[in-house]
Amino acid sequence: MALLQIAEPGESTAPHQHRLAVGIDLGTTNSLVATVRSGMAVVLGDEFGRPLLPSVVHYGADGHIEVGFAAQACQAIDPKNTIVSVKRFMGRGLKDIAHREALPYDFIEGEGMLRLRTAQGIKSPVEISADILRALRQRGEAALGDPLTGAVITVPAYFDDAQRQATKDAARLAGINVLRLLNEPTAAAIAYGLDNAAEGLYAVYDLGGGTFDISILRLSRGIFQVLATGGDSALGGDDFDHRIFCWIIEQAKLRPVSAEDGRLLLTRAREAKEYLTAHAEAPISVRLGSGEYVDLTLTSAIFGDISRTLVQKTIAATRKALREAQLKPEDIKGVVMVGGATRMPQIQRAVAEFFGQEPLNNLDPDKVVALGAATQANLLAGNRISGDEWLLLDVIPLSLGLETMGGLVEKIIPRNATIPVARAQDFTTFKDGQTAMAIHVVQGERELVSDCRSLGRLELRGIPPMVAGAARIRVTFQVDADGLLSVSAREQTTGIEARIEVKPSYGLSDDEIAAMLKDGMSHAADDAFRRALREAQVEAQRLVEATRSALREDAALLSTLEQAHIDLCIARLEAVVIGDDRRAIEEAMDALTKATNEFAARRMNQSVQRALAGKSIAELEA
Amino acid sequence: MTTYDLEFARKDHFALFGLPRRQALDVEQLERLYRNIQARVHPDRHAHLPEANRRLAMQWATLINEAYRTLKDPLARARYLLKLEGIDAGLENNTAMPMDFLTRQMEWREAVEEARASEDADSLDDMHRRLRQEMSVQYAYLAEALDERHDLQRASGLVRQLMFHEKLLQEIDAALEAVEA
Repeated sequence: MALLQIAEPGESTAPHQHRLAVGIDLGTTNSLVATVRSGMAVVLGDEFGRPLLPSVVHYGADGHIEVGFAAQACQAIDPKNTIVSVKRFMGRGLKDIAHREALPYDFIEGEGMLRLRTAQGIKSPVEISADILRALRQRGEAALGDPLTGAVITVPAYFDDAQRQATKDAARLAGINVLRLLNEPTAAAIAYGLDNAAEGLYAVYDLGGGTFDISILRLSRGIFQVLATGGDSALGGDDFDHRIFCWIIEQAKLRPVSAEDGRLLLTRAREAKEYLTAHAEAPISVRLGSGEYVDLTLTSAIFGDISRTLVQKTIAATRKALREAQLKPEDIKGVVMVGGATRMPQIQRAVAEFFGQEPLNNLDPDKVVALGAATQANLLAGNRISGDEWLLLDVIPLSLGLETMGGLVEKIIPRNATIPVARAQDFTTFKDGQTAMAIHVVQGERELVSDCRSLGRLELRGIPPMVAGAARIRVTFQVDADGLLSVSAREQTTGIEARIEVKPSYGLSDDEIAAMLKDGMSHAADDAFRRALREAQVEAQRLVEATRSALREDAALLSTLEQAHIDLCIARLEAVVIGDDRRAIEEAMDALTKATNEFAARRMNQSVQRALAGKSIAELEA
Repeated sequence: MTTYDLEFARKDHFALFGLPRRQALDVEQLERLYRNIQARVHPDRHAHLPEANRRLAMQWATLINEAYRTLKDPLARARYLLKLEGIDAGLENNTAMPMDFLTRQMEWREAVEEARASEDADSLDDMHRRLRQEMSVQYAYLAEALDERHDLQRASGLVRQLMFHEKLLQEIDAALEAVEA
């Protein structure tokens, strides 16, 4: 049996292995990638040092794909093939998109999600987002010099399951290992809370380009606990632009405008909005392609008027989230402002008035989410600094349920439940001899199925024929730490088990993603092969390292025989890991994992017991 | 010695936290225990480890969340205590409620509807406060019935009344939301 190595107390046992992990803020208007360097979260800039990557993709007729500033430059000349704010289309059907007529795109209704017809063929929002993510991954790898271990990708807290699944699919398509989907306001709370050693109740007001989130958190001794969250996943700075756009059309008495002119006016509208952050009035003058000339002045007062209902919507959602958390505005110690759109003075005023205090603006609202995500990514990748232990407890934003008789929704998991969460409920058959049951999974707060979002359908077949009401079908909903749902169903009374896992119908299937990944790599097969081998080697080394560290701490939980078996599996894995046989590496990893399953369970049991024991010591001291 | 594992923890939420089976509960202590355990089992703590560890972490964290949610809320806690005794207080066919209680329910509901129709947020706020007060008295009786007298019959009666009241409270809040919108 191999002897275990024991290091000097206080000395690191393994050579320092920093795992490369990044946080990605995939925004409606701009995206960012950040990482932790020497204990500090920093945003990674492009070759010109620019931190923001405009979330714009241009699909040129010549086959080129441009992302970011280069794509933005194509907006005015080729609006149809220049996709901006694609985040608003993620996990959405055509009927979900407001002001569709004002957008210059060629939309197609697709299965579960809309598609766009471009010069490079039909693109789904997932593919377009993947192009943005790929650019960010490349930026990260260029800066860090090695393939990434993984990334934390942020999503609006109010994103539903379809939108989250779409985001995760996009990341996989971009070749990114997703360590976690993290809610944007929670990411901001991490960045703010760790920076300021904040304790107490905080609100995060996050108004981005296309989404609004409000989260109420309790920060206490290194634990960030989300108490309630609310928002609107289709309300953001874009909508304020649109209000100005409509105002221009109305004031200038313009006839319906072309796609190019529409894009031009929207750009002018956005510029006017930004100008009003520091000025009392903004001039808007522009010559349209149609020859018409627009010359107007937008004052803060008018802008405040035309956008009032939008601001009120955010305050109503804030009030609701506070009530869910059973709190009053005066209970909140600080309000953290996130998202470029919170720069608008009317937003600052409304928030200050509602909470009775000036909001906190000491963090860059554009960067704070990416910085928080990077910090979380660093922790999840296992780059832990002792004394820097913190934990995040997040919630799901919307209730999950299924359709029952009469098109009504039976809620299974309520909104604001802390994740991960699982809940089971029993159902029965409606007709004698019924052998199959259709389960329709929905998300939302309304009572009618037609008012909620349909997430997917699954069928349970092979129920033994019985009289109506005799079968007992247990349906289990499980939401993981990414906020993603899986549903399973099984018949209980007969002992015959029919069981299926649902993979939501709106997203891309695993096969589809695999096929797309293959497509993208076919011209670089060699590269892909080396990358996969390198990844397997890194993964194997991590497994060995994790197992060794577990053995050092808890070998006492194993019999001599069990330990010898694990040691043998480690030795076998180490023998193949230096070679280039990926299959052999993966097989040896499987063997080691199997050998340590029971060990892992025992360690977890012991860990919980210690947490309980820790309480009695604390109580003796109290 | 009992083996402390997932199976054991699933059977009894109180035992999971090492707490006595009582309705009276130190919520702060529960919070502390919850955080202590979650800090060790949460999937984020095991994200860099192999798949088997991550799966275990999710199972534990899910269980701890469920147990915490059940014990933290006094109504869910009482229902759980009764369930451990083999009584399902929520069963519909067992809803013989005192007549005067049902009459009062009707009155409450009418008042809520009226305030909602006349957009009277102040009186809704007031109803919310009064109902909460009444409920806190009921919860005190409930703890006494369960912990001191072990009167399960009375306890289930109180639980059923409180279920009505929690529902009513939700309706008041929904009305408030509608009025304030």
